[in-house]
Amino acid sequence: MAPGTSARRPVHVRLAITVAGFGALTVLMIVLAPLIGSTHISLSRVFDPSIPFADNVDAQVFFVARLPRVLAAALVGAALATAGVVFQAMLRNPLATPFTLGVSAGSSLGAMLAILFGASATLGPLSPVPLASLGGAVLAAAIVYWLATQPGRPISTSVLLLAGVTLNSFFSALILFAQFIADYAQVYRAARWLMGDLDVGSFTPLYGSLPLILAAFAMFAVLPGALNLLTLGPDAAAARGVNVGRVQRMAFISASLATSAAVSLSGPIGFIGIVVPHLVRLLVGGDHRIVLPASALFGASFLIGCDLVARTVLAPVEIPVGVVTAMIGGPFFLWLLVRKG
Amino acid sequence: MLLLAERLAFSYSADQSRLRATSEATRGTRDAAVRDVSLTVARGSITGLLGPNGCGKTTLLKLLAGIITPASGQVLFDGVAIASQPRRAVARRVAVVPQETHPAFDYTALEMVLMGRHPHLDTFQLEGPRDVALAYDALDATGTSHLADRPYMTLSGGEKQRVIIASALAQQPELLLLDEPTASLDLGYQLEIQALLISLNRERDVTMVLATHDLNLAASLCDHLVLMRSGQVLAQGATEDVLTVDAIRQVYGVTADVHRHLTTGHLTVVPLSRS
Repeated sequence: MAPGTSARRPVHVRLAITVAGFGALTVLMIVLAPLIGSTHISLSRVFDPSIPFADNVDAQVFFVARLPRVLAAALVGAALATAGVVFQAMLRNPLATPFTLGVSAGSSLGAMLAILFGASATLGPLSPVPLASLGGAVLAAAIVYWLATQPGRPISTSVLLLAGVTLNSFFSALILFAQFIADYAQVYRAARWLMGDLDVGSFTPLYGSLPLILAAFAMFAVLPGALNLLTLGPDAAAARGVNVGRVQRMAFISASLATSAAVSLSGPIGFIGIVVPHLVRLLVGGDHRIVLPASALFGASFLIGCDLVARTVLAPVEIPVGVVTAMIGGPFFLWLLVRKG
Repeated sequence: MLLLAERLAFSYSADQSRLRATSEATRGTRDAAVRDVSLTVARGSITGLLGPNGCGKTTLLKLLAGIITPASGQVLFDGVAIASQPRRAVARRVAVVPQETHPAFDYTALEMVLMGRHPHLDTFQLEGPRDVALAYDALDATGTSHLADRPYMTLSGGEKQRVIIASALAQQPELLLLDEPTASLDLGYQLEIQALLISLNRERDVTMVLATHDLNLAASLCDHLVLMRSGQVLAQGATEDVLTVDAIRQVYGVTADVHRHLTTGHLTVVPLSRS
């Protein structure tokens, strides 16, 4: 545990320090990341009130061209990191990710089908691929949930894990089959979608995901104290006053919702949901009342940073952001695994 | 009576309703973990739960704590059915010390103890100075305050058990349910936990029910014993009356010598052979 976050300090002080620190980092990333890119712009010109917006090229690049993408990264990063925290606590498994229980495979199948059959159709401002991926994600979560729950009993986490892993393989097989019958252009589109892409183009796609992610965060807000106890085991949690079945259901539904919304916005971006929670735990300790908000903020910063690397390191070529997070996250995670022995 | 259990039945097989339907007629089915168990726990007493492996002691403790719901029968705490109360309300008065606690993520000993304050806090309420003071008080009472900042996973078996007891004390329970509190401990720690439980009982007026395999621990600690076999109560009553050569043969299938120890004054059991 890092100095300054000793458990001896009252929890509200540690919470305030952590949120202020990670919050400042996130704000800094949101303001600085849009400044970097092929066209150089200056922060002072962006926020110069004497130049009208229509004439202020720097402000246009900042707000119109780059900020939506940065905010998408923040939103997706925060959603996936917190969903990872909640799934890990609920499943009592440090290796769980937001995609362990089949949500990403479901959304990928949805996106694949939309690309195959409905890519030309549009439904007002909402395009079919995000909608289909959201539908696929919700369907996958619903199937897993239905398999693992019995009325009046705590959710069986082992059934949940096995059902999720099996559903992942099953949906992956369907995706492969869909790719087999698709043409090259469609397969290419689907492959690019699977790599994850935060280039949302405008603020409009954010409006679809934001309410879902905010709803998930509102549910997260009541969970952390109970999540601490759930990690001790269902009986220990119940003995300390936790309504285990209800907390498990809320955790599953909210984390699945956050994951589905994030994936429908950006495609499945891996490793955020496992690297960020573990990094945050190393920094601030195990208390979920601190880990959860810290992961939201650090997840946002981390994905903004990864996306910045993705679009600048080989400019003008953009690397898929999922590749960057995996290339940074994979080795880091292996190191973490080996270090813990 | 602080606690009253009336004709409890519970089965781990999926269909609780079937058990409920049949229990009236047959007093439980074969696969029932607990059937037709009734017992009373007097306020301020220490009750021992004895019986062979798999006889339903742990299940019964969970039923008494309201962690699992009986298929039939009910548990009354202070005259009120615990099934009718919110979990949080029950946990403010009843605490449980399980055999072992393995957190999936590591917390400091102090954090583990502070989790005992959970039922006393509202959903969005963080623990305040009073909660922290109570946690330190519990650490002091169990002799673990020097471990407050240590990660729980790095503690020894005896230290872990004492921290978990401290966590239960932080709940400020009137009733403490302990499942084999000394099972994994060496002789020194066993005596220490025993002394701790006696002092908690006398000084804090905590009523206790403890499941144990250690007949001598039960004999020295408990004023009331419940003997179980195959999910049913074989005998219950004052320790002196229940802990007999016959009862031990019936419950464990073991011939034992039971006599009063000269220095300690309580019953001592020396197992002799499998009968």
